[in-house]
Amino acid sequence: MSTEPTRDPAATEPIRDPSSTEPVRDPAATHVSARPAGGPPGAWRIALLVASKDLRIEVHSRVLTNQVLPFAGVTMVIFAFALDADSVLQRVAPGLVWLATMFSLLVLVQRAFAVEAEDGALDAMRVAGVDARAIYLGKLLGLGVQLLVLEVVLLFAAVVLYSQTVPLEGVVLLVTTLISATCGLAAVGTLYGGLAAGFRGRETLLPLLTLPAVAPVLIGATRAVEAALGTAGAVVSDGWPWVGLLVVFAVAFGVGGSLAFGPLIDE
Amino acid sequence: MNVPSSRPPTADHDTGDAATAPVVRLVDAVAVLGQFPALAGASLTVHRGEIVLLQGPNGAGKTTLLRLCAGLVPLARGEGSVLGLDLATQREAVRSTVGLLGHQNGLYLDLTVEENVRFWGATVGATDDEISGAMGRSGVADRLADVTVRRLSAGQQRRTALACLLARRARLWLLDEPHAGLDASARDDLDATLRSAARQGATIVVASHELERAGSLATRSVDVVAGQVHA
Repeated sequence: MSTEPTRDPAATEPIRDPSSTEPVRDPAATHVSARPAGGPPGAWRIALLVASKDLRIEVHSRVLTNQVLPFAGVTMVIFAFALDADSVLQRVAPGLVWLATMFSLLVLVQRAFAVEAEDGALDAMRVAGVDARAIYLGKLLGLGVQLLVLEVVLLFAAVVLYSQTVPLEGVVLLVTTLISATCGLAAVGTLYGGLAAGFRGRETLLPLLTLPAVAPVLIGATRAVEAALGTAGAVVSDGWPWVGLLVVFAVAFGVGGSLAFGPLIDE
Repeated sequence: MNVPSSRPPTADHDTGDAATAPVVRLVDAVAVLGQFPALAGASLTVHRGEIVLLQGPNGAGKTTLLRLCAGLVPLARGEGSVLGLDLATQREAVRSTVGLLGHQNGLYLDLTVEENVRFWGATVGATDDEISGAMGRSGVADRLADVTVRRLSAGQQRRTALACLLARRARLWLLDEPHAGLDASARDDLDATLRSAARQGATIVVASHELERAGSLATRSVDVVAGQVHA
């Protein structure tokens, strides 16, 4: 094992001159303030660190590609078997996409907090004084990116399996809906994932908490996507009020979640 | 086993008040868990560079003492400071200056050793030099750096956790049963890492039941009995 001496960060403390006429501060406080250059990053930087760490874990473990995407794909196919008639499938396709997204959200959230709990990393972050709001936002960002990838794949699957078409005039509404719904789902999932992570029955507690809470997203996103795709005669302008609902939902849960996350995981 | 008291070691650069001020200072500290007083008037002073062993039976208050010093358990009565920060009013600040290592290592098992150390170092803005230095001093540089933590032995995972503490610039290390689950060779490696860290200025408080092993590591031992500290 290597034990070669290297510079200890603590060794960079300035040596105080006993003859100095400067006002004497609490000597022990000098221990803390005399840290080496490169101070602690702000909350946003920590959030990006946490998000990139989560995405790096996904790159290594490939849970999204090897487990979640196949699960969501199978769900879409099962829906197709259950609702055999083409006309029915076309009418309900937007709702099926979001239902499959909700179920997959549960798997992603379980995974996002399993990696934190496996060796006590989330506790270690709190013990280390890492800002809980930054942890929440980081987990939300990491989860949101994975959800967005999933939703794009599911929409593509809907085009192939359910004979959906995406009209050009609906693209902006579709993209806006995906982003705002993703933010809302990720905000709820991260909040309840953190809460459920501390309980023994978390596998059943998480769906019980999350699915009712994301019902407004399911309704709003389904109606907005129906408008974007022109399903059952809907027009694009019908979708924007639903996007407004999705944005309000995402902001409310995002702000509330960032405030509540620390006390919830500390409990 | 009682280890004889000795003068705390001080590094060459430790001159001035900062070096002589106690890293941990508890005076009649009381900590309450629920309705139960887990610490009942503990007094303890630990200086920089010391390795202090807390010994005592189960339920004596060793872990609570560590958690109090880590800012995780509130100080109900008495006085206490860690690195000059008041345990009653500055617990959040205390947390960011100490490293608490319990039965779990706080690592991401699907990340490599280097990714873990980089992540923990980045939470305090550590430089590349500090991160590679932390890995070198913990013996997890070179061939272990790119190995996923899940594939490491228990001892290697423990050393990775110590590298993370170093990268986090933890000044006070609070270790709860650090030798648990390690074989003899891994324990030797762990002790070497801890001695090296103490020589470099880290202060270490260890709670352990393995008195022979931890006693040979410590520069001083104190007994914790029924929530009270007997130096």
